[in-house]
Amino acid sequence: MRPDPEGLLPATEPVTLIDSDGAPVTTARAADVPPEAAVPPAGVGPQTQALDPADHSRTATGAQAGPVSHPAPPYGAGAGYWQLPPGPALVAALRGMIAARRFNDQAYALVRQGRLAVYPSSHGQEACQVAAAQVLSDGDWLFPTYRDTAAVVARGVDPGETLTLLSGEWHHGWDVHAHHVAPLTTPLATQLPHAVGVAHAARLRGEDTVVLALCGDGGTSEGDFHEALNFAAVLHAPVVFLVQNNTFAISVPLSRQTAAPSLAHKGAGYGIPGERVDGNDAAALLAVLGAAVDAARAGGGPRLVEAHTYRIQAHTNADDATRYREDDEVAAWSRRDPVDRLRTFLTERGDIDEADLAAFADDAERMAARLREELATDVRHDPSELFEHVYATPTPQLREQLAMLTDEAIRDRPAGDTAPPARAEAAGLAAPTTGTSDPGGAR
Amino acid sequence: MNEKLTMAQALNRALRDAMTADESVSVFGEDVGRLGGVFRITDGLTAEFGEDRCFDTPLAEAGIVGLAVGMAMNGMRPVVEMQFDAFSYPAFEQITSHVAKMRNRTRGQVPMPMVIRVPFAGGIGGVEHHSDSSEAYFAHTPGLHVVTPSEPADAYGLLRAAIASDDPVVFLEPKKLYFGADEVDLDLPVAPIGRAVVRRPGTDATLIAYGPSVPVALDAAAAAAAEGRSLQVVDVRSLQPFDDETVSRAVRSTGRAVVVAEAPGFVSVASEIAARVTERCWDALAAPVARVTGLDIPYPPPKLEHLHLPDVDRVLDAVDDLRWEGA
Repeated sequence: MRPDPEGLLPATEPVTLIDSDGAPVTTARAADVPPEAAVPPAGVGPQTQALDPADHSRTATGAQAGPVSHPAPPYGAGAGYWQLPPGPALVAALRGMIAARRFNDQAYALVRQGRLAVYPSSHGQEACQVAAAQVLSDGDWLFPTYRDTAAVVARGVDPGETLTLLSGEWHHGWDVHAHHVAPLTTPLATQLPHAVGVAHAARLRGEDTVVLALCGDGGTSEGDFHEALNFAAVLHAPVVFLVQNNTFAISVPLSRQTAAPSLAHKGAGYGIPGERVDGNDAAALLAVLGAAVDAARAGGGPRLVEAHTYRIQAHTNADDATRYREDDEVAAWSRRDPVDRLRTFLTERGDIDEADLAAFADDAERMAARLREELATDVRHDPSELFEHVYATPTPQLREQLAMLTDEAIRDRPAGDTAPPARAEAAGLAAPTTGTSDPGGAR
Repeated sequence: MNEKLTMAQALNRALRDAMTADESVSVFGEDVGRLGGVFRITDGLTAEFGEDRCFDTPLAEAGIVGLAVGMAMNGMRPVVEMQFDAFSYPAFEQITSHVAKMRNRTRGQVPMPMVIRVPFAGGIGGVEHHSDSSEAYFAHTPGLHVVTPSEPADAYGLLRAAIASDDPVVFLEPKKLYFGADEVDLDLPVAPIGRAVVRRPGTDATLIAYGPSVPVALDAAAAAAAEGRSLQVVDVRSLQPFDDETVSRAVRSTGRAVVVAEAPGFVSVASEIAARVTERCWDALAAPVARVTGLDIPYPPPKLEHLHLPDVDRVLDAVDDLRWEGA
């Protein structure tokens, strides 16, 4: 058992949503609700989980929690009840999650077809992916990791451009400044200090920009996670850190990653309010992340949100998840599928009907078709680009190396090829290729 | 306008003038605010420009450089201070994986106009971790520029150029030269990054040095002159990009060369210079290019550092070995 010293750290149950009448509500069907997410019966004092470092009087039993009928508290106030987001926001989330699921499945298939070098899937984490994008305004920034391509798509980036890194064509695909989405970051947690820097620069200029930075449970062990939280708190930077705790860091379970009562608790040591949320409940995510973004925008400083979810597929297509986890566990989490949950909830409530669902599926299918098409298109690589962006102006040494590459290309061109030996058209190297691993141009 | 300034004062003036000229320039790091930095390079900047433009950060180098990456992504020109050379290592991942690669990663969309100032090298009697020569780590990393001044005027000019650069610059400040004063003309045009300079003309052999080793080379040349040997001294100034043209021309004019540097010689910038000079000047060389470097040992304790550092005698011994028979 992890230590959870009463009186020092609050309880860590995921947040509870309430409807406009103050009644608890969940998108999980009764059979699917994990024990730790069980909703307390109406009238029973709720557990608290918001960590407000300024409030040392609260206890793990939530003694100060308000009545059930009380409106949703401001973020970090500690009552643990959050207003259910309005119907249109939930429908928009479902639509995005259906697209995200289709995107994940399509990308996974593209690996098997050799179109992508590798794909770290967020199948099962679509609620986190879509909510992270949906709570942001146009001027806000999103900082994704390599597993967050679905969030990038949800933010409005072209799906094909989202996968440039993983296709092997280049390290990054989309327009960073047009979308305010940072490149996918592969080294763990290193993007988090960058998120603080973007937020701090905006704050110095008096802008109301909020930055939402993603990382995983494994990333919380990295030094950069802790430095970023500390810097954000000290600088009062408007950053929302969303930790997608998907239970495994490749093969290593959370119990080998931390002895803390929860990852949300890690904010307390830095003076950052933390919140724990069911990461497969899109409604809860929208409520908590939305409030966190609002608080950061209003000058409340950074927020930490831990979303407990599950990576249904292996770390990447190159990983074998059967070596470190049981099928039963995967099956149990599959029954809590975030897309199914929200679809069922909204269907039963009458927000959507079969025609809506068919339209969402059609949209997703069109996106997948466009993605297949984009990745089937040969990219014409110009070898000069290898040197073009190392510095603002290539150094003399880089110009020499480009000349060498160009000479090689001319020397190696097929007999009879009399194409002009222009640098960009250097035969062979400027011909269509499929990237670094397949010079035969099979794609 | 000429002024007599120490290198520390010249660097301070460069920061002040850059901050006055461009309000996107901001300075941060450990103790750079009220204290003015442990070497006083940022003295008075917080008072003059305010807490938003020059501020103390938490004590975490990766966080400092990571913060700078984000600020550079969002329109700023950060100038960060690593307190001492060996204390920059926690930031190594941020520097090599992000500062150096962001422009290339994003095909030029997201440049990293920042300066990472590093007080570096030895000769000040510093205890362990206060005297490392870390230039090879950075010069080896594509995407970074690496410069080091050897005199106050260059300290001013190179720092202005580094701050104005749209590429990240690791700015290595030789600690032992901080408090040597010289005449500085602040109105001279700023020397571009990437240019070496001949500090002393000579005809018999060329000494190639940078940063803290330039005064050693100049002293050696003066001593050699007294013995009737004319040594030319080249100050490399910019380690990346490297000025092959100036260095090769200088070596060709004498036919003999010695590279002088404090860092351990194995897989060093001195080795790279020796190799480049050999490849480019082979037909003009009367002797193999020699290297006088630090020993291949961890930086020694203060009472032993004199055994490690290149000095005039070691340089002159190397010059003596440049196959003068029949010359």
